Amino acid sequence: MTEPRPQYDAVTPGTALPRLTHVIRRGDLVRYAGASGDLNPIHWSERAATGAGLPTIIAHGMLTMGVAMRLVSDWAGRRAVLECGGRFARPVVVPDDEEGVELVVDGVVAEKLDGSRVRIDLTVRCGGEKVLARPRAVVTLN
Amino acid sequence: MPLNPAFAGRVYPATAPYLVGREKIREFAAAIGDTSCDTDDDPAAPPTFAIALTLRAEVEVVSDPELGLDLTRLLHREQRFEHRRPITDGDELTVTVTISEVGRVGGTDMVTLTSELHTVAGEHVCTTTSTLIAQGDD
Repeated sequence: MTEPRPQYDAVTPGTALPRLTHVIRRGDLVRYAGASGDLNPIHWSERAATGAGLPTIIAHGMLTMGVAMRLVSDWAGRRAVLECGGRFARPVVVPDDEEGVELVVDGVVAEKLDGSRVRIDLTVRCGGEKVLARPRAVVTLN
Repeated sequence: MPLNPAFAGRVYPATAPYLVGREKIREFAAAIGDTSCDTDDDPAAPPTFAIALTLRAEVEVVSDPELGLDLTRLLHREQRFEHRRPITDGDELTVTVTISEVGRVGGTDMVTLTSELHTVAGEHVCTTTSTLIAQGDD
């Protein structure tokens, strides 16, 4: 089942996107490393992570951003996303346990642009702290 | 040790073409928890998929010992994507990396890179901007 896509004329600044939550465990980091080709050992080796000055293993920033942008692509469709990005403000520490860590992603229509485009401002939290700074996307709507 | 400022502005030769496959898109999507293409048959890649091509090319560029970046402390600081169109199944893409900035802020070395993705036919598909850093000991 696919939700109906949002229409440009029906959204206004302040329109909220449905919240997305996503749990990351150690195994997800191995999976993302293989899928993305990002084999930096700080994402799977305790020794490499602490050697780099980190408390323990952290998630790939691009795993966090990839999950966060699902909020936008689930809402508007993958093809609709023209621009996206953000700064990795805080590491997402992933403990070696079954619970893992939970990302909570929210988004709101911030601005309607010309050409049926809208800008989405996101908030990406882990343990109540914002882990991405200025995460944004620009999408084109029908 | 400061980074070598002579690297700023360098443009590297395009990488060998990468053939984007449907199963690679699915694998990448599944790794970020996106299973939407399992149901809607859309071969478009998730909007961050370009990273699977660009980061590898960029890490190779910054691994040049002449640049002086400490790879054991390498972290991703910032990332942006601008798409002309979505990357899709069957695209054969090259990556052209430019080092746009080299610098140091506080004790942190920073390199900003721009990568342009083109099809082998010359169509510009996507431009990415990334900042990679290596934090000092302090």
